[in-house]
Amino acid sequence: MLAEHDRAERLMAIAKAEGLYEEIHLLKEDGTLAGSVDDISPEVMVAMYRHMVFARAFDRKAIALQRQGRIGTYAPFEGQEAAQVASAMALAPEDFVFPSYRDHAATMVLGQSPANVLLYWSGRVEGIRSPEGRHILPPSVPIATHVLHAVGAAWASRHRKEAAVSIAYFGDGATSEGDFHEALNFAGVFHLPVIFFCQNNGYAISVPFSRQSASRTIAQRAIAYDIVGVRVDGNDAFAVYRAVKEARARALHGLGPTLIEAVTFRMGAHTTADDPTRYRDQKAVVEAWQKRDPIARLRLYLESQRLWSDADEAKLQEEVRARVEAAVDEALSIAPPDMEMMFDHVYAEAPWHLAAEREEYRRSREGVSV
Amino acid sequence: MAQMTMIQAITHALDLELARDERVLVFGEDVGKNGGVFRATEGLQQKYGPNRVFDTPLAESGIIGLANGLAIQGFRPVPEIQFFGFVFEAFDQIAGQLARTRYRTGGRYTAPVTIRSPFGGGVHTPEMHADSLEGLFVQTPGIKVVIPSTPYDAKGLLLSAIRDPDPVIFLEHMKLYRSFRQEVPEDDYTIPLGVANVVREGKHATVIAYGAMVHVALKAAEQWSKEKGLEAEVIDLRTVNPIDIETIVASIKKTNRAVVVQEAQRSAGAAAEIVAQINENAIYHLEAPVLRATPPDTVYPFGMIEDEWLPTPEYVLKTLDRVMSL
Ligand SMILES: Cc1ncc(C[n+]2csc(CCOP(=O)(O)OP(=O)(O)O)c2C)c(N)n1
Ligand SMILES: [Mg+2]
Repeated sequence: MLAEHDRAERLMAIAKAEGLYEEIHLLKEDGTLAGSVDDISPEVMVAMYRHMVFARAFDRKAIALQRQGRIGTYAPFEGQEAAQVASAMALAPEDFVFPSYRDHAATMVLGQSPANVLLYWSGRVEGIRSPEGRHILPPSVPIATHVLHAVGAAWASRHRKEAAVSIAYFGDGATSEGDFHEALNFAGVFHLPVIFFCQNNGYAISVPFSRQSASRTIAQRAIAYDIVGVRVDGNDAFAVYRAVKEARARALHGLGPTLIEAVTFRMGAHTTADDPTRYRDQKAVVEAWQKRDPIARLRLYLESQRLWSDADEAKLQEEVRARVEAAVDEALSIAPPDMEMMFDHVYAEAPWHLAAEREEYRRSREGVSV
Repeated sequence: MAQMTMIQAITHALDLELARDERVLVFGEDVGKNGGVFRATEGLQQKYGPNRVFDTPLAESGIIGLANGLAIQGFRPVPEIQFFGFVFEAFDQIAGQLARTRYRTGGRYTAPVTIRSPFGGGVHTPEMHADSLEGLFVQTPGIKVVIPSTPYDAKGLLLSAIRDPDPVIFLEHMKLYRSFRQEVPEDDYTIPLGVANVVREGKHATVIAYGAMVHVALKAAEQWSKEKGLEAEVIDLRTVNPIDIETIVASIKKTNRAVVVQEAQRSAGAAAEIVAQINENAIYHLEAPVLRATPPDTVYPFGMIEDEWLPTPEYVLKTLDRVMSL
């Protein structure tokens, strides 16, 4: 770990350089650059694009499946692809990831199977299992609770001197919960290698950020805890990628946590059970944000650099269609659950009363009267 | 008189009380402009303005703490916890603070807050939305816990809850919100808290239930009558803290057998308390041990399994057969 004064100096420098109130931009809406992106390889850029296109197709399919009654309630993320995909791509396999219920674009980049995501929203416990070889925790449903878990996991990594960070994904609404503030404070006190990645998508269900907090930005909350805060254009994959990469590097250098606010927009409903027209002019906001679409601008840039062509696009669309279909087939063809699963994983070893209840259940299922 | 669903009866009760008593305030996550995620507060902000019906930031502990402070100042807050599964966030504010305000100030300050919250399973919500957590508050002195099973009761009980001098948790079963309509008078009426309702008379066994399980118990009772010619008396508890033991004992004196149906896990909840009180108050009237028909002591399961986990009429029927055979 760096000496105390060194650390303080570095933090001051970062705080001055980064935006707490203004968004950092790299990739503009017209596909041109606002700064150098030499640190991001063409391969990474193309991979980002491919992940984002897949994520959007998957998301739209999931909504359609819900409408057809083939999966349950679903939380769409359209509009937030850059924030999720680019942040996930900036991570390493040893990192610990604590997502929320809307972060499937991020977790799929990290290897979560798309079929599992559909299973999760179909009420299948199998859907919550994360891929081997990665540390992805189940999506947090109670808002902000997992932000503290990321702090604990980061403490463990530092304690063992491992080159790993923890990252928590959460929304603008989550920053009102006490858990969020406790997490920032703990991470600040212990200088932990943790990234607080907030997707400010404008709304917590029906409540706009302007009613969520009197703070102008979420990034500015970092000042109070004396940690680094960064506000980026969340629809700018390059800016997000760099912000997370840098936060990760700082964390591994003993410079402690970073709060990143990725400013983005939830284009659709909060979930398939929500009707956004009740609380916002849906048509107007979608039109306004369509101009800031994260995928369109990345494609423009890639094309301008001859990294992408119409032929590539046609091929990708075909691939994406096939992958989405395969995921749907896999999820919908899974055998019905073994109901007795409800007794699994409650304890390492079931106490006597639970064992007895399981036996009672088994017998009743076999038609033996209990 | 109008035909109303339970959710309509709740909105209607809130409307009446906002109009009648200017100390009543309604707030919580998405209750204002959006009218609540279930539409329980639909139209109320338009009618009473954002000073009396308002959205709060996303913070349950904040919501209940705010309510406590308002109550100390003489208001009658009716905050909403969007789903009761998220009540854990506000646990200290409810069990540690709200419920003890009267006691800790020697009655100088009180906290007549009514916390409304949807709860209960069987509607395939996403994870962690459907738990039945009333048991936690059955063990919390200073607070009452009310659970209606019909639109008519919902209105009368909610009005009593808001007017009660003590804090009340008012739990609205999600499955009952829109499952049926009932005649609900438009005028002001109350149903006393802590008083159970005998919803079916019978002489062979007493079935004690609350919330959605009242309807499961009634189905089982009908089936029992048809199949075996045996008549179950069904008691809708309506309040689980305090428990109306008098009504239960009166019924057991007649039937000598009892089954408690509960949607929450088996151990240490309302059902366990009911059994203990029967033991203390009516043991000499019993011909058989009191049985519980409840889900097992496992975590509330994922959506695909929940219907198997929740007590069904068949399961209650089996339990009735068993209590007769003992
Ligand atoms: C502790 C808790 N309270 C309430 C809810 C219900 N709820 C689910 S999502 C949500 C809004 C979250 O908004 P935000 O943090 O901005 O994330 P977003 O949904 O926009 O991604 C609410 C209130 C919950 N899941 N957990
Ligand atoms: Mg949000």
